[in-house]
Amino acid sequence: MASEKNKGEVKMKKLLLSLLVMLLAVTTVFAGGAAEAAEEDGGLIRVGIINNDPNESGYRTANDNDMKAMFTEENGYDASFFYSLRNDEQIAAAQNFIQNEVDYLLISAAGTAGWDSVLQDAQNAGIYVILFDRTIDADESLYVASIVSDMALEGETAVNWLASQGLDEYNIIHIQGVMGSAAQIGRTGALDEMVAANDNWNLVTQQTAEWNAETAQQIVQSVIDAGTPFNVIYAENDDMARGAVAALDRANISHGVDGDVIIMGFDTNKWALEELLAGRWNYDGQCNPFQAAYIDEIIKNLEQGIQPTEKVIYLEERGFDAATITAEDVEKYGI
Amino acid sequence: MKEIANKKSGLKTATQLMRKQIFIPIAALLILVLFNLIADPSFFQINYAKNSAGDPVLSGYLITILDNASELAILAIGMTLVTAASGGQDISVGAAIAISGSVVLRVLCGDNPRPEEMQASILTAFLVSCLVSMLFGAFNGTLVAYFNIQPMIATLILYTAGRSIAAWINNNRLPIISDPVFGYFGTFIPGIPIPTPIFIAAACMIIIALVLKFTTLGLYTQAVGINPNSAKLNGINPQLIKFITYVIMGLCVAVAGFIKVTRFSTINYSVVAADIEMDAILAVALGGNALSGGRFSMVSSILGAYVIQFLTTTLFKFNVSSSALPAYKAIVVIVLVIISAPTVREKLSKFWKRIQTSRIRKEAA
Repeated sequence: MASEKNKGEVKMKKLLLSLLVMLLAVTTVFAGGAAEAAEEDGGLIRVGIINNDPNESGYRTANDNDMKAMFTEENGYDASFFYSLRNDEQIAAAQNFIQNEVDYLLISAAGTAGWDSVLQDAQNAGIYVILFDRTIDADESLYVASIVSDMALEGETAVNWLASQGLDEYNIIHIQGVMGSAAQIGRTGALDEMVAANDNWNLVTQQTAEWNAETAQQIVQSVIDAGTPFNVIYAENDDMARGAVAALDRANISHGVDGDVIIMGFDTNKWALEELLAGRWNYDGQCNPFQAAYIDEIIKNLEQGIQPTEKVIYLEERGFDAATITAEDVEKYGI
Repeated sequence: MKEIANKKSGLKTATQLMRKQIFIPIAALLILVLFNLIADPSFFQINYAKNSAGDPVLSGYLITILDNASELAILAIGMTLVTAASGGQDISVGAAIAISGSVVLRVLCGDNPRPEEMQASILTAFLVSCLVSMLFGAFNGTLVAYFNIQPMIATLILYTAGRSIAAWINNNRLPIISDPVFGYFGTFIPGIPIPTPIFIAAACMIIIALVLKFTTLGLYTQAVGINPNSAKLNGINPQLIKFITYVIMGLCVAVAGFIKVTRFSTINYSVVAADIEMDAILAVALGGNALSGGRFSMVSSILGAYVIQFLTTTLFKFNVSSSALPAYKAIVVIVLVIISAPTVREKLSKFWKRIQTSRIRKEAA
């Protein structure tokens, strides 16, 4: 028995040792990469880009691809990328970039807090900080610009579109995203206001499906089973709209253009725009992941000594209507 | 005298029933049924109608519950075995479902995320995903059984990395399968009005029932869970048994993952089966199984899974506001878990016995 246990311990130690070796190897590779980046500099603008994990969502994947396509050597950039969904790892990476003396630091922060000191360090080192996609709770003077989506405006655009449909009565199933996320707050806010202001706007139900298609399906199924009438589904992203539509199809309720129920989604996934094009959905609101062009313009201006006129730059975002969407729109805006 | 004897036997069955593990999930189910019956009897109504494709389908709250609890019930099978043998839980099942679902889609799609035709048969895709899931199960099992790592820590690795691995498998793209046949497994087979996942779950239950009846798996698992050393002295290899339970868990994950991807013929790596590991562990706990391993009741765990879905659907039905939903669920869960804890159950049944005997004594006097 005892020897068995000893054997186990030895095995355990071996495992730990090999893990340690692996870890060391990985860190050396990373450190090597950073050192390499510091060496080469041929008149290129050196940028350090800190982003969230590209696997997080279709939005993030499109965002990352856009950044990678813009910050290339052909466009005059020497870019290093770092990905993490954790704030502390991102901050450590920012510190690393500062030590390697990049010219610009581009950050899409995982969390809003804790960035003050590292941004101060960047400023002291003469590095320009540009925030993209997400804001940070830090003094405005610590960054040159922040390029973000106006989630509240996305909601407003969508709700105004719905109001323009001129229905006699709006009985809305409202499916929310993860409670407290910026997208949920912005997209919920506009609808809540409209419902409070108009007597003919009612929320049949308002529930969170946490971005999950299956939960959305269950919520809509529950309303159908209860026999409550409704004529609008306002889902805060495309996946949840898809789930809702699956429940409608199961109950043989028509939807989309000329259907009984108006379907609204967000995020302009390509497949969602195709649903719009086919007339099965009615509206899809854009959440623009393409920030690289804006950042490029700011950097090119800064290189000539022109400061951006505004601190917070909102991305241009559209809402697509099934009645007017074209195949080109699907190709161009679908992510 | 006879009356007292009758009462005594009545008391005996009542206490026995209370002591039985299955009492808790059944009681929880009955409470939920009663609550819904009083609040709105239409909860139990089942409708028969055509869907938009013109096929007949059954719908209603009960069907929703049975349909949507399928994955959880299947996972509860694996989780019960893992818990019994290793005295710990596999927290990687949600991430593992993302992987197995991603494998199914990868095999069917090949390099093109939106194929006109499927590149392989659905059976092949399913079998490959079974193999991959069992490999990941074997990975967890090796860490737990042979390296003696705490199950929660061992499975934490896959829990953290799983969804990224799932995304890699498909090169970060979100494949969509347009062939309607693929969707039959997660929705309805034309002409059959009962959702297919219900059949799949039932098949899994029958298989595990047969396995537990005709093999020594159940016995060995419990023996290892109660005391690995004495099991070893009796000629059972505890490491192998623990390992096997994790491989079986992998198989359950593959089936659940297959249902998940066929529901919408696509996948979303970050949200598919989110937090399902917690519900699966909860199902085992609600079934009155000790989370520290040892004896288990498979039927109770599976019933526990249906209790969880029953609760979720009930909360949707009563339109509980989004922000309050987790709080309601938490309260119900706390109550259920406390009364289903073995120690509390023992005390309750003792308490019940005391009341009854004192009453009988009084009446006799």
